[in-house]
Amino acid sequence: MNSIEKSPIPATTPRVIVREAAAPRPRWQVWLIRPEVVTLLLLVIAAIVATRLSPFFADLGFILESSTYYIEFAIVALVLTIVIISGEIDLSPAAQMALSACLFGTAFKAGAPIPVAIGVSLLSGLAMGAFNGFFVTVLRLPSIIVTIGTLILYRGLAQVLAGDKSISGFPSWFVGIDYRMVGIVPIPVLIFIAASILLGLFLGITIYGRQIYQIGTSEIAAIHAGIRVRRIKMGLFIASGLVSSIAGLMVASRLGSVRYDLATGGELTMVLIVMLGGTYIFGGRGSILGTFLAAWLLVIIATGMTVANIAINAQLTIMGLLLIVSIIATNAIYARSQR
Amino acid sequence: MSQVSRLFRAREAGILVMLVLFVAFVSLIQPRFFSTETLRIVLLAVPLILVAAMGQMMVLVARHVDLSIGSILGFSAIAAGMVFRDHPELPLFVGFAVGVLSGAALGFVNGLVVTVFKLPSIIVTLGTLSLYRGLLFILSGSKQIDPNDIPEPLIRMAQTSPIDIPWIVIIAFGVAFATWLFLNYSQIGRQIYAIGSNPVAAPLRGIRVMPVTILVFTLSGALAGLAGLIYAARFGYVNPGITGVGFEFTVIAAVVIGGVSINGGVGSVLGTVLGVLLLGSVQVALPILGVSGFWQNAIYGGIILIALVIDRTVRQGGLLARGGA
Repeated sequence: MNSIEKSPIPATTPRVIVREAAAPRPRWQVWLIRPEVVTLLLLVIAAIVATRLSPFFADLGFILESSTYYIEFAIVALVLTIVIISGEIDLSPAAQMALSACLFGTAFKAGAPIPVAIGVSLLSGLAMGAFNGFFVTVLRLPSIIVTIGTLILYRGLAQVLAGDKSISGFPSWFVGIDYRMVGIVPIPVLIFIAASILLGLFLGITIYGRQIYQIGTSEIAAIHAGIRVRRIKMGLFIASGLVSSIAGLMVASRLGSVRYDLATGGELTMVLIVMLGGTYIFGGRGSILGTFLAAWLLVIIATGMTVANIAINAQLTIMGLLLIVSIIATNAIYARSQR
Repeated sequence: MSQVSRLFRAREAGILVMLVLFVAFVSLIQPRFFSTETLRIVLLAVPLILVAAMGQMMVLVARHVDLSIGSILGFSAIAAGMVFRDHPELPLFVGFAVGVLSGAALGFVNGLVVTVFKLPSIIVTLGTLSLYRGLLFILSGSKQIDPNDIPEPLIRMAQTSPIDIPWIVIIAFGVAFATWLFLNYSQIGRQIYAIGSNPVAAPLRGIRVMPVTILVFTLSGALAGLAGLIYAARFGYVNPGITGVGFEFTVIAAVVIGGVSINGGVGSVLGTVLGVLLLGSVQVALPILGVSGFWQNAIYGGIILIALVIDRTVRQGGLLARGGA
């Protein structure tokens, strides 16, 4: 029973008391300074600026086409959003993408038909997620450092599997998912939109969704309320592994080959999308809608920079800066508004 | 608790046992591993990790983490290398000053953002990891510092010294000794432990958490900067796209193996030195054992996880024990 004592006292305890004493803000104000609204505003501004920089940008088809590079990360970021709302974090999805893609490639090279290789890859995603979840929920280690460990481990195993060679030669029906269109919308974008709707509904209207917010707000209270905290967290890590392997397969299809360094640095992009979308890094607050908007914000910023001929290396600087500014902003907004 | 069991429980003893067992194991399989030559290679491999590990250890003791040190290392190495390249007439210590000070400045920024905005250091330094890497590309114009731009005396520091131990080894162990003095015999050093053990109670005891935390990040940056110079001395070139990439993980692995708790407040210089030596031995032993270098990262990752579990077990007296912390 002393598991209750285990959790640290939230540093914000005194502030909560002050909050209860304060008069509630007018509803319009609460709505206006929601982080999602800020993300939407930024999105509009970024689109206008980008259109000024280059006339290409007014072309929706161009934006959709150039989005496919970021969409894989954005799909994982949807699940990462839920993980962060539950008060945990997963820094290993990019490495999971690489390892599951390399397993797919290795299985294919060993003569397995593509569907079997895809099955192997998806299973490995489940296993990697469960491995993370085991350390976090059973051994009760902090997810932040566990997933740093598994990030190195998974990437290292991918390196062991694939060496420094790339595996290619996949059949043509498998390659080029980003060139398959429905109208002007590439298939990966459709997958992203569908996943956003599904996960948005899951988080917004199901009991599990409410419970996840509850866990992130106060794990102790959630345990008292009879929420199966560990089971839900385990489920989230497994979901993160599964979606990572799907994203890994999408990269494999887009590039037509896999390498151990696939999606290197992807953890930054994913965390950036989630933070830009206004999800609170300490858990309990955030939304799929925010992440959805933030993904498009990132696509526009990134392609805008590319169109404006800003070198990829300089883009790194801007991405890092964006991440820091967005968490400062989200923090400030949540400190001001109560809900 | 008897003296013996206390000694056995000490983390340092455990790491030492692991180190001895590892060396014995490798020597059994490949007797030529057990030689002064190997010791020399290990000693040459560790300064880079050791110097940065001292900084990372202080950060972890203060219950933070610094993921940006790889980029800081690269930045400082590039900055110092550009000074060497463009002003070969300047004495060596100017380059050292540029490297260490630029590292300190970047570390200071980390500390400032983390403390002023009360943000988790892991996310902030994940951001500055990319930010600083981008800045170093801009600073260097994506150009490599070539071997002939690195001054001869700096390269010699990785090879010779009056007492037959390379200078960089002496510098690294000097840094470790200074860190030990600082953490154990200065007031600020003790305060770092106090902050890490209980960040809520520390200010109540009159500790000014913010300046001390900023100092810790600044020191971590400065030491990563020094590591940048050791990199330049040892490898003789600095490449903006390669130097220091992924270095943070190696250092965190070494520090965590060295018994520094990720929950703050726990960690010793001796343990960290042993952790670095163990990691250095693994690095040197892999090719001798005929294991492909591709295994290196997987082994590091595995070691981190094992060290975490050991840390957890030691702290709470049982793998699945509840409570504690």
